[in-house]
Amino acid sequence: MTTRTQTAWLVLEDGTAFPGRSVGAAGEAFGEAVFNTSMTGYQEILTDPSYKGQVVAMTYPHIGNYGVNDEDAESRRPWVEGFVMRELSPVASNFRSVESLEAYLKRHNVVALDGVDTRALTLKLREQGSMRCGISTTEPDPEELLARVRASPDIVGVDLVKEVTCQEPYDWPRPSLPVCAFAGSRVEETTRQRANAPTRQQRSVVVMDFGVKYGILRRLAAAGCRVTVVPAATPVADILARKPDGVVLSNGPGDPAAVPYAVETIRALMGEVPMLGICLGHQLLGLACGGETFKLKFGHHGGNHPVQDLATGKVEITTQNHNFAVRLDTIPGGRVEETHANLNDGTLEGMRHAGLPIFSLQYHPEASPGPHDARYMFGRFKELLAAQ
Amino acid sequence: MPKRTDLKKILIIGSGPIVISQACEFDYSGAQACKALREEGFSVVLVNSNPATIMTDPEMADRTYIEPITAEILEKVIEQERPDALLPTLGGQTALNVTVQLAERGVLERYQVELIGAKLDAIQRAENRELFKRTMESVGLEVPRAGYARTLEEARDIAQTIGFPVVIRPSFTLGGTGGGVAYNAEEFERIAKLGLERSMVGQISVEESVIGWKEFELEVMRDRADNVVIVCSIENFDPMGVHTGDSITVAPAQTLTDREYQEMRDAAITVIRAIGVETGGSNIQFAVHPDSGRLLVIEMNPRVSRSSALASKATGFPIAKIAAKLAVGYTLNELANDITKQTPACFEPAIDYVVVKLPRFAFEKFPAADPTLTIQMKSVGETMAIGRTFTEALQKGLRGLEIRKDGWDADAGTTPLDVLRQRLAVPTAERIFQLKEALVAGVSLEEIHRLTKIDRWFLRQLYTLVEEEKTLAAAQETMRACVEAASGSAIRTSGAAWLSRAKQRGFSDRQLARLWELDEATIRNWRSEWGVMPTYYLVDTCAAEFEAKTPYYYSTYEMPHVILGGEGRRAKGEGEVGAPHPSPPTLHPIKKVMVLGGGPNRIGQGIEFDYCCVHAAFALRELGVEVIMVNSNPETVSTDYDTSDTLYFEPVTLEDVWNIVQRERPDGVIVQFGGQTPLNLTNGLAKLGVPILGTKAASIDAAEDREKFKRLLDELGLRQPPSGTALTMDEATLTARAIGFPCLVRPSYVLGGRAMEIVYDEEQLQLFARRALEASPGFPVLIDRFLEDAIEVDVDLVGDGEMFVIGGILEHIEEAGIHSGDSAMVLPPHTLGDEPLAEIRAAAHKLARALRVVGLMNVQFAVKDDAVYVLEVNPRASRTVPFISKAVGVPLAKAATRAMVGISLREQGWTEEVIPPFLAVKESVFPFSRFAGVDIGLGPEMRSTGEVMGIDEEFGRAFIKSQIAAGQLLPRQGVVFVSVKNRDKRAVILVAQRLEALGFQLVATHGTAKALQRYGVDAKPVKKIHEGRPNVLDLIKSGQIQLVINTPSGRLPRADEIQIRSAAAMLGIPCITTIAGAQASVSGIAAVLKRELTVTPIQRYHDRIRAQRAGTKPEGGM
Repeated sequence: MTTRTQTAWLVLEDGTAFPGRSVGAAGEAFGEAVFNTSMTGYQEILTDPSYKGQVVAMTYPHIGNYGVNDEDAESRRPWVEGFVMRELSPVASNFRSVESLEAYLKRHNVVALDGVDTRALTLKLREQGSMRCGISTTEPDPEELLARVRASPDIVGVDLVKEVTCQEPYDWPRPSLPVCAFAGSRVEETTRQRANAPTRQQRSVVVMDFGVKYGILRRLAAAGCRVTVVPAATPVADILARKPDGVVLSNGPGDPAAVPYAVETIRALMGEVPMLGICLGHQLLGLACGGETFKLKFGHHGGNHPVQDLATGKVEITTQNHNFAVRLDTIPGGRVEETHANLNDGTLEGMRHAGLPIFSLQYHPEASPGPHDARYMFGRFKELLAAQ
Repeated sequence: MPKRTDLKKILIIGSGPIVISQACEFDYSGAQACKALREEGFSVVLVNSNPATIMTDPEMADRTYIEPITAEILEKVIEQERPDALLPTLGGQTALNVTVQLAERGVLERYQVELIGAKLDAIQRAENRELFKRTMESVGLEVPRAGYARTLEEARDIAQTIGFPVVIRPSFTLGGTGGGVAYNAEEFERIAKLGLERSMVGQISVEESVIGWKEFELEVMRDRADNVVIVCSIENFDPMGVHTGDSITVAPAQTLTDREYQEMRDAAITVIRAIGVETGGSNIQFAVHPDSGRLLVIEMNPRVSRSSALASKATGFPIAKIAAKLAVGYTLNELANDITKQTPACFEPAIDYVVVKLPRFAFEKFPAADPTLTIQMKSVGETMAIGRTFTEALQKGLRGLEIRKDGWDADAGTTPLDVLRQRLAVPTAERIFQLKEALVAGVSLEEIHRLTKIDRWFLRQLYTLVEEEKTLAAAQETMRACVEAASGSAIRTSGAAWLSRAKQRGFSDRQLARLWELDEATIRNWRSEWGVMPTYYLVDTCAAEFEAKTPYYYSTYEMPHVILGGEGRRAKGEGEVGAPHPSPPTLHPIKKVMVLGGGPNRIGQGIEFDYCCVHAAFALRELGVEVIMVNSNPETVSTDYDTSDTLYFEPVTLEDVWNIVQRERPDGVIVQFGGQTPLNLTNGLAKLGVPILGTKAASIDAAEDREKFKRLLDELGLRQPPSGTALTMDEATLTARAIGFPCLVRPSYVLGGRAMEIVYDEEQLQLFARRALEASPGFPVLIDRFLEDAIEVDVDLVGDGEMFVIGGILEHIEEAGIHSGDSAMVLPPHTLGDEPLAEIRAAAHKLARALRVVGLMNVQFAVKDDAVYVLEVNPRASRTVPFISKAVGVPLAKAATRAMVGISLREQGWTEEVIPPFLAVKESVFPFSRFAGVDIGLGPEMRSTGEVMGIDEEFGRAFIKSQIAAGQLLPRQGVVFVSVKNRDKRAVILVAQRLEALGFQLVATHGTAKALQRYGVDAKPVKKIHEGRPNVLDLIKSGQIQLVINTPSGRLPRADEIQIRSAAAMLGIPCITTIAGAQASVSGIAAVLKRELTVTPIQRYHDRIRAQRAGTKPEGGM
């Protein structure tokens, strides 16, 4: 109980200080403060490598209710720099739970706060835009902490991909990872069987790991792909030597402009192999096509963003997690075509190469966490490969 | 896809009277739909029999038929109006059922009316159990396994395939008796056998038991382009087995991982597509096995529901409004999110708070009813609370429930543990409090989970509160020391920290005062002094991601953040103050008014009061006055964010209202419209210097306090039945002896005749006077002489302090002694002579003048042998205000509101009572069919839940419309059973003779039959229940009786009478329990046999009134 009542601080670089209680590892952490509006899926968020460099605050107040399980992780470990909540659950109530969130955060050495007025924090970030922040369970004086926040590095221009990418190529599925046996309903199975019926033949896909979520690999496998994951800096020749039917450019953390080597690789792959870009992968593709990226005021982090497919007019409710976006009008004319748009702010959500079998999505079709509306995109990619 | 241009005129069907399971949520959704469709330029035709609704206000639709909702009547409306389309999904089950009947009768096809929203086949797939099951299985979803059996062998086979435990339900029994859960073969044999015997059709259903599974609901919206969004997830605190309307429910879902939640979301989308609801909202209910996650679809409502209203209020997403727009062709992405304005309605709300809904029960009104909560809904209302945590929301909700709890309170330590354990295993209204008793007594969470199946997460949250309360109690010494300590002292700093911590867990000032043995005012003053005030956050659909334009607030207590920098730390805990709205220019000194709502619906305080609050808001907004609404009832129109300028979704208690007053500083507060709830706050608010609009607190007190009221009447020279007051049992006995029996015993400050009784002797007095004293502790009980056979009259009046205008005079149909909320009433009076009416008018004016009424006043009179007696005065809105407003075409609550902000009635242009040139009958609707074995006889304690209106040219026709609308389907032919008490024998003869003349056959118990035969009525004698068989009950059950006339023999009716009336209620056979009711019914039957009913919109009636007024008084015009 003593640690739960201990005062900790979250300090934003503009000098706003939020008191809280330390509920994770003791210590201090710095990063860009972002808020996530998903009401479920904290385990997936914690383990999403795209959050490298960020301190994540959950807007939903009760976090940890269903504990942590072996099956819902999106990578091998949590990547957030720090985790901020309004109220951490004192109990884990779910049949799949193997550990409480509190124990998990401590075991993985994640500095975490609860008791924080996360709505006030969110309002601040909405109004002022993303900022650096620090959280500390050891520094009693927030003024001291503020000085260290202001001295901490900014996320812009920093290559965070190299921190999260795999060291060696590997095949998916990995036998060591538990597979989720849970089948709440059989809807997905039924629809998947139908969807896959015409293209049952497997295709091989290489995934460039900029910080890939297991969700992407799971969806590719479910769509009938043989999946190999390779490090971000893998040379073009090595990728092509694997004779893939397609390449997937994964999601990942930070500023796309800070990963020029990946842009080079992608440019070289264009025309050689069909590609699907997701999130950071989409941004890198935008750069490879000659466009520019820019930083959003406070990013998109949540599971309720409406995205319209411009060809059909249909709307998908999507999972999003990005601070940067592609500026479509900077891509030389005619090279790509906008396929999807965000209905909240009109930003680019998907594009297709005009001449090549390449398309990309700013949002997360694999969801995890989030709605499954866009999962069919993996089927579409598989079809694209089959058509080549 | 834009709006359809091929449709011009759309028919909307309302849900009729308020009944258990269909309350004012359908007024909220219907009113939203009417507004939305008219906004789009459609002509709207509305049918609803409930006059107490906002949707039936004449300006809400182009044509409003306040007529019974039956296929026959609707066919007449359709024939007359020729609408292009019918939108059946906004009027609850009533609208859906009647739509199916219209379709099946070929009416829709005949008049080429297109069903929009949901087509007939979709409705049938959702409503028909077997079709639903097949549809679900075809898309890979599971439903509980079940089968029907007519023999024990068949039943055994089904049970074998399903496996134990199974639920056995006899088909068609009285009140669902005779079923049960069987955990093994032995239990199964016993229950199945009994069930087959009890079932009237010799059939039982055997179903896989999902009792104790986790229960969830998703609110789904779909548009024509097949875009589907989930508006809200709801998790039930009470697991499967308790009707969701009776469950404590929580939004969003708390215990599902994202993987499980998304599976459920996929399933919900699959369901709405498979059922084929084209556009609009649906509600889908799921059961989840707690140990395996197995997901079953329980049911789907292919329409807007109670849960949709809750979800709308919980998220800010206006489901009904959007559903209406989708029905006419729009797609979700073409519609804007009303709250943010910038983002589209095609999204899924993200919420950053917890919503708890709590049901409100009325078992005290039905002492004979089984209080066990089952799959049949029994609650009569609900309250919703919003907090940043579950514990905070729960505590707010419990104090908003107005059941004399200041939060999660329980008398711990009074119940033996083994008794407590037994109680916990059976869900009742009290279980939430028993949980606290158990936790305080140290029963383990695991054991409680085993007994209740309530999810461990919820139980652990409750335990947090128990722990916290213990910790807070330990701070008593510190807190008490603060009383004497200097401000700024260390002890006070520590006290402030404790107080702040307690408030974050949702403890109310009153709870803390009790815990620390201080008084409420001390805690309140400290909060003010120490800055422990709530933060007001917005319900914004998006967890603060986008700016919200709609000021819809809830309170919470947060740890304040600080701004670091040169000038030192500044506390910044105010949350979103929101842009203070610049008050629009107005002619009045009053620029900002707070309207207090009535909290949860209950018997005696329902939609009628919400109607008045909404009218107050509308009237003020028309004047350019800024309106702040405070209420905690999610079903209502008052808590629609469009109704007021600023909405506070908060409990209506002194603490919560005062907090808002501190923030908003209104120029006045209206307390007289929300019923007894806000009225009871009058003194407390006035003492704190809060300006109360309208009739002064002292006048309210003079009318409510029986002793003061008696003096007032004496001064005015008005007659009152001999009466006295008593504060103790001894006083009560002496008073009653002096007055003489029978007498009426009633407590002060209650609504709906709570604990009010007619007593015929001292023995009964002992029993009921005690109850009355307990119902209003510290206040005297009034004992009146009961005026037998008197005619009661209700008068509603509006005053501006100087001028008083009668809104309407209502003559009760039933004789005195039946609660005014339960009586049928006629406007204008149909039997009273001019003299008593003149006396009534004069008395009402005298009273209003004496009390200086500003706003509304209701007076109840009794007329006995041409003498007029004043029974009671209520200086507030009454239940009859909406009915009268509809009948006379003058919105009384609006007129009263304008008077309260200083616009005289003369300035308003309304100076004379309107006497309509037609008849309007108000009939009450009762929940008896929900409570098996409960006597349906009427008495001084109110038990009705809702009302309907019948309007026509003559009494008989207006009356029969009111009966049809109330579900009392009076027969046109057949057999009438008559059994009346001795005193009524003479009066019933005329009724019987008229029935015989109309072609009915009569059967009667021996005594009554003999009396009738003497007058030449051919009444066949039938056995009473105890006289052997076949008796009258057998006749009723076998469908040989079409109408029952049975008047109770006394205050404590005989058991067989109760059985007869209860059986009739369960089987839907009309049952009349008063002679006056019987006389009126016969007039009704005769009227309809003479000429078929016709339908007329309320607007046409109002035109006639206007024409009449213009004819007599050309300058008068409202």
